[in-house]
Amino acid sequence: MKMMKLTYLLAFALTITLADTGCRNHRPVKVTQIPGSPSGQVGELGPGGTMAQGGQIGGGSTANLEDFEGMGADRAALASYTVHFAYDSAVVKKSEKANVQSVADALGRDASTKLLIEGHCDERGTEEYNRSLGERRALALRQALAKIGVDPSRIRTISYGKDKPADPGHDESAWSKNRRGEFVLLHPKSGS
Amino acid sequence: MKKHYSPLLKICLAIFLFAATGAPGQNEITIRPELTVLGSTKPIPVSLDGFSGEVADVLKFDLYVQGFSFVAPDAAQYQISGTAAGSVQGRVVDRIAKSTILSHSYTGASLRRQAHTFADDIVQAITHKKGIAQTQIAFKAQSTSTGNGEIYVADFDGHNAQSITHDDTIVAAPAWVPGRLAVYYTSYKRGNPDIFYHNLGTGQRRVIAGYSGLNTSAAVSPDGSKVAMILSRSGSPNVWVCNADGTDLKRLTTSSEDSSPCWSPDGQWICFATKIAERRVLAKVPAGGGAMQPIPTPGAPNPTEPDWSPDGKWIAFTSQTAEFDICVVPASGGAPTVLVAGEDPSWSPNSRTLIFTRRSVGRYTLSVLDVFTKQVKDVARISSSDSQPAWAR
Repeated sequence: MKMMKLTYLLAFALTITLADTGCRNHRPVKVTQIPGSPSGQVGELGPGGTMAQGGQIGGGSTANLEDFEGMGADRAALASYTVHFAYDSAVVKKSEKANVQSVADALGRDASTKLLIEGHCDERGTEEYNRSLGERRALALRQALAKIGVDPSRIRTISYGKDKPADPGHDESAWSKNRRGEFVLLHPKSGS
Repeated sequence: MKKHYSPLLKICLAIFLFAATGAPGQNEITIRPELTVLGSTKPIPVSLDGFSGEVADVLKFDLYVQGFSFVAPDAAQYQISGTAAGSVQGRVVDRIAKSTILSHSYTGASLRRQAHTFADDIVQAITHKKGIAQTQIAFKAQSTSTGNGEIYVADFDGHNAQSITHDDTIVAAPAWVPGRLAVYYTSYKRGNPDIFYHNLGTGQRRVIAGYSGLNTSAAVSPDGSKVAMILSRSGSPNVWVCNADGTDLKRLTTSSEDSSPCWSPDGQWICFATKIAERRVLAKVPAGGGAMQPIPTPGAPNPTEPDWSPDGKWIAFTSQTAEFDICVVPASGGAPTVLVAGEDPSWSPNSRTLIFTRRSVGRYTLSVLDVFTKQVKDVARISSSDSQPAWAR
């Protein structure tokens, strides 16, 4: 190893010495020919220098999603039962338990229905932290429903992080509305 | 190892000795101490003459975010001069050593591209390190009204941006495959946050993680063979790892809340944000599985979004107090350095520059930061909110 390094060092020194002498005496201007079209991108790209846009999506079916495909979403049915959370918390507050019970009751009235829980955050956390936090909120609500007798296999969760605020404002009034879990009732589509 | 001097080495040695002794007084060797302290290094003063328009703009941007400042020629340590007429031609004179250290002209592609190449040659000639002027980034461009967005790829300065998706859905967390023209990202296209692999040469893409619940924050191992990510399929958001194609899935953590995994450059560790004893911390776990170890960041609370530098020395992250700050901590632990206000840092391939986001009233702007001098410049804007930058490396 040491020998190798020494060789490189000496070869480098030689190159520098020669290059330096060359520049000094003749000032040759070395030319770099850059490949690519005038509008081309940096990098080793395909024809035309453009990135290939995403096509059809292959692979990886979502087992859980398939159980929910073909369901129609009713956003209005449970909209008044939206649960709100404290700052940076995924704990379902006691004051929100009545809403959770109302959702359980609605699901109890029709065994063919399923439930989508959307977890949301206010804008104050970092993006991917909030995506985790939104999921934890949705999962906490699923757990709260399971505790009072709802079969958790009827429930799907999705986190939107801070991507879908209920209130676009940037103050505590908006933030308190945005830290939430929304319930979407899923019905089998008529005819299926 | 046995000592054995090859003939080539002997010749080199002879020439070297001759060159070193046979040219007395030609070049005084001045050894300047290289002050590279995180956040408080003085920029290298250079002068820039003869360039105009786009070429001048590119050179100024590229050099500023790599720790150079612009001064008058007689105050400069290095004098950079040349022309942008037709094609870029330039040279660099070391004013102290009184020697020309670079003299070069460029043809082909675009003036912009030639200017970036010249900038890289300047950085190489002065610092003997590889520059970043010809590197690329991926990021998320989001509409603040709908929340939907697309994944973009651009030059590191935001120019030549191209959207690689056209799905009009929520997207997140792009990650490059090291050394390859391929990315992973999160897309809600199928109604759930799933992780897609996307080959940028062919446009082919496939879902590598589409489990129930959250699938996000893909991070590719340095050799490209593994992907770490956040899945919530077992009831809480945790770090999981799988092969590049999604097979051989394995859960690495069991804590209650994890986010934003990244790899150590030797592929041995995965660092991420989590909570231990009710405190938000950074931690690392062996990539093959094992016990979680905290990475203390004393004085920089609520750390998230870690990114391990490619040279292995540092971990950059976001600290949250009333606002957000970009911080850097030695990877082996120690006191973090708070650099500038911002979020979501991603290291350049040469471990000297970070691209990160600056927030103002709900919108993000991408910015580039030289971690030694703290010189910052915003990159070209694409959408109402550009965020989650990932530097190709």
